[in-house]
Amino acid sequence: MSAPGAGIEVTGLSASYGTGAPALRDVTFTAADGQAIAVLGPNGGGKTTLFRALLGELPATTGSVTVRGATAYAPQTERSRLDFPVSALDVALMGAYARTPWYRRIGAGDRALARDALARVGLADRAGARFGALSGGQRQRVLIARALVQEAGVLLLDEPFAGVDRTSEEAIMRILDELRADGRVLLIATHDVEQARGWDRVLCLAGAQIAFGPPAETLTNAVLEATYGEEIVMLDCGNRAVAIQHHSHAH
Amino acid sequence: MEILRSGLLQRALVEVVILGATCGALGVWLLHVRNTYAAESLAHAMLPGLVLATLAGAPLLLGAAGGVLVAAGLIALAARDTRVGAEVAVGVTVTTAFGLGAVLALAPDVPARLGELLFGDLLGTSTTDLVAAAALAALVAFALGAGHRSLAAAVFDPVAAPSLGVRPGRVELALLALLAVAVVAAVQGLGNLLVLALIVAPASAGIRLGASLRGQIALAAALGALAGLLGLVASAELDVAAGASVALAAIGLYVLAALLRPAAGRAPATRRSPIEALVS
Repeated sequence: MSAPGAGIEVTGLSASYGTGAPALRDVTFTAADGQAIAVLGPNGGGKTTLFRALLGELPATTGSVTVRGATAYAPQTERSRLDFPVSALDVALMGAYARTPWYRRIGAGDRALARDALARVGLADRAGARFGALSGGQRQRVLIARALVQEAGVLLLDEPFAGVDRTSEEAIMRILDELRADGRVLLIATHDVEQARGWDRVLCLAGAQIAFGPPAETLTNAVLEATYGEEIVMLDCGNRAVAIQHHSHAH
Repeated sequence: MEILRSGLLQRALVEVVILGATCGALGVWLLHVRNTYAAESLAHAMLPGLVLATLAGAPLLLGAAGGVLVAAGLIALAARDTRVGAEVAVGVTVTTAFGLGAVLALAPDVPARLGELLFGDLLGTSTTDLVAAAALAALVAFALGAGHRSLAAAVFDPVAAPSLGVRPGRVELALLALLAVAVVAAVQGLGNLLVLALIVAPASAGIRLGASLRGQIALAAALGALAGLLGLVASAELDVAAGASVALAAIGLYVLAALLRPAAGRAPATRRSPIEALVS
């Protein structure tokens, strides 16, 4: 399955919650043709706000947002309801909810699609397992399977590698590469500057857009300092800045 | 059984079984949404409306709807003051409403129906009451069935729900509306206070014992109906208050479930308040 024509165009976007000051401003970037974009920034820097604007949940106060293709969102599963009694297959099937009228059962075609999607993320044998009983990496893969069932051309992934073990990280990385090869556009919110160097583009956000471009040109010490401010400790090893973030627990 | 020969008891039995099943199924969703506080608030906040409806000779349904709307408006108003906050606003409004309802109901000219509004009068169920309760229960059951997928998506993943075609805010409002309907349906039989036992206890037991969502809902509905049956039989045999017996039977079934499955289905550490830990 491929997703030709999927893409994002954001021009001069500002967005705010309620009538307050914008939570995010001056965002301009484009993504198309199987590009993966790392979205870097401190907590509260606007990563989630950007995702909500792309999902159409938060209207732009200025600027414009154009998303071509269905958009799927994979939140951090640490925060989802792990005690909720749904199986991996149930969660994958949620990808078909939007196209199933309330008075119909989910169709056989969509059921097959959900099973295929679970197989594709390597969880065919865990279809019946309770979502909350899976490991963090497996849960993330189930949410990616749900995005496949949604037939999403654009995937927004909120820290897909947070709290994930090495094996799962490699599995997720392989799946994301396959999704790119399909022509899907990926936005990956992450704290990991090193990992961000591996994607096609990076978008640095700290309340406003700091920089956007290919990682090699964009991830300079100046940009990282502007993005993370006092939250960052720079270790200059061979001209490559390594960001070490203080994890504040104040929410 | 002796109990089934009396028309009075037959009507009460059918009424309480229907209510038990409906409240049980609805309760599973309310517990998953972690909204039992809202359930309690809503049930109590409608008391002045119920009393006024009784005084005016209007249908209880009308009074309940009015009571809920006024309370919701007051809560919204109070919560706008950031120094107060939503939880305090709910607490103050509900207590005020409940107090007002009690004052109205205990006024000298008011017929002595406060007890009925608070604790219900199962044995006083008329055929009209029964038909009305059954119709409201059917409405709740139908809505829960029709909205099953929307509810599941909204509860499981409220952040991603809009991208799945589900609006969690609307779903939660609809659930509260169904709760209001269920409370109205049950107020005649079980009263404004005891209905909560039938909403919370069978659902808690169902969640403990059931592995899947549908399993939990089916179990909660069955246990709710069973609680109604056991409570009514016990009340007839032991000559004690019917509504209270039903409530106690529901709690008893929950304790039994908790003993059978002490910590069943407990998910790996998620943060919960002590109250949530108690009910799930």
